Amino acid sequence: MTTYEQERVGFFTDTSVCIGCKACEVACKEWNLIPQDGTTWTGESYDNTSELNANTWRHVAFVEQERNGDGLRWLMESDVCKHCTHAACLDVCPTGALFRTEFGTVVVQQDICNGCGYCVPACPFGVLGKREEPKDGRVWKCTLCYDRLKGGHEPACAKACPTNSIQFGPLDELRVRADARLAKLERDGVEGARLYGRDPDDGVGGFGAFFLLLDEPEVYGLPPDPVVSTRHLPQMYRSLAAAAAGIVVGIAAAFVGGRS
Amino acid sequence: MSSYYGRPVIKEPVWTWQIPTYFFTGGLAGASSVLSLGAKLAGNERLSKSALYVGAAADAVSPMLLIADLGRPERFHHMLRVAKATSPMNVGAWILLVSGGASSTAAALELLGRLKPVKLLAETVAALAGPPLATYTGVLVADTAIPVWHEGRHELPWIFGASAAASAGAAACMFVPPAEAGPARRLAVGAVAAEGALMQGMELRLGTTGEVYRRGAAGKLALAAKALAGGGAALLATRGGKSRRSAALGGAMVCAGELCLRWSVFRAGFQSARDPKYTIGPQRARVERAGRSAG
Repeated sequence: MTTYEQERVGFFTDTSVCIGCKACEVACKEWNLIPQDGTTWTGESYDNTSELNANTWRHVAFVEQERNGDGLRWLMESDVCKHCTHAACLDVCPTGALFRTEFGTVVVQQDICNGCGYCVPACPFGVLGKREEPKDGRVWKCTLCYDRLKGGHEPACAKACPTNSIQFGPLDELRVRADARLAKLERDGVEGARLYGRDPDDGVGGFGAFFLLLDEPEVYGLPPDPVVSTRHLPQMYRSLAAAAAGIVVGIAAAFVGGRS
Repeated sequence: MSSYYGRPVIKEPVWTWQIPTYFFTGGLAGASSVLSLGAKLAGNERLSKSALYVGAAADAVSPMLLIADLGRPERFHHMLRVAKATSPMNVGAWILLVSGGASSTAAALELLGRLKPVKLLAETVAALAGPPLATYTGVLVADTAIPVWHEGRHELPWIFGASAAASAGAAACMFVPPAEAGPARRLAVGAVAAEGALMQGMELRLGTTGEVYRRGAAGKLALAAKALAGGGAALLATRGGKSRRSAALGGAMVCAGELCLRWSVFRAGFQSARDPKYTIGPQRARVERAGRSAG
């Protein structure tokens, strides 16, 4: 049995070989017992789940691109929680429900979450959602199949992916593999290929689940330069302290002002 | 600018009406506690007592609003199972606990007319917890991925603080005879002026990101805030010292204006999250300025 203790694991999602089969979405739903959604037709290509949220933890994006002279190009990308090195959701969670596991992933403890919803707008990727079904009210997202990792298995989406577009493994290994894949695509003359979230120096300290994309991130609905909001928290606390002092000074002035 | 079927990149908050209402009541509570102690030190017992009661009442309503907004209200106490500086909401829960405990103790002892030293201690604790209670909510919203909130992080604690001070002064004007409400009047008028200037400055500095304050619900609420708070402050300044009725009306208008201001900031966040151009535009510009590739 493989154990991943003390080694950070993650996903490398190589969109250049994604065929849009949505096996990842289905496997994720089945394994994690996620309520149904995406049952209405959006008219947005083959995408009916539209976004990551409480009930969609893998979301396959379908982009139909008309390229001058080249006809139609179809881009598909299986999106997922990025399991950021510096995770805003984890930082702002007031209850400690969100935590960093021994695998380096970010998970919500469902017996702790009280549904305050702070992580929802804190995430720079819009990953987390509040489950509105009766008697839930908590926030849910990808756990990178924490229970499966504990048992030495790979996450359900990676297991189900028929083209190896979703690769699971130790993050260091995945980065080496991704670099090699990008180099190969560049040698083959594929234009626009790039790694997204591989760089540990980016605004969230690198993703635990990163991607190979074939166009700019925003084409897939991803932010081009995400930054963890808590990076500026010391600055914000300084503003708070100054403004708090301002209240005291202002009120003191209101009393002194009357005497002159 | 490209985006994925025009869909938002980030999520709108899931917070409902209780949250902006709490921004108002929490601010009112915090600034009232300071005003109360200030009045006590200045020897103005009448003003001190009124502000104490207003503060305690607002402090009592605040946690109810917050708990009602939770997806799992019965788990509200999970907020206090950790002390976590990286979470402004957790820090705020602790501040509110201290402030609410202190102000309700002080108000109860005032009503009973007993234990003077304990009451003074409680008033002092409430006055210490008050300023951070009134300003942390600005940090709470700023510490998110929502562009108009995060980019407004320098001004928001100040704006919320000024709005809190204005509402505390205005509320006191409603309950205290004009002759003894001088400091409260000056506070309300000065804070409304300060907050107006700060809002204007923030909007200007934010450029495109700040345009949500001129659009949709946030725009209407911002206008209502300016009209109500400005009109109320003008009334307080001109007639608030003479007429009890004018003082009550002016105070109520300023309070309503401050409530609108919190709602305007709240709705602006939703509008800012909903349109992907506000998320993608500044990030794309940053990438291009730095001459690197995205991601």
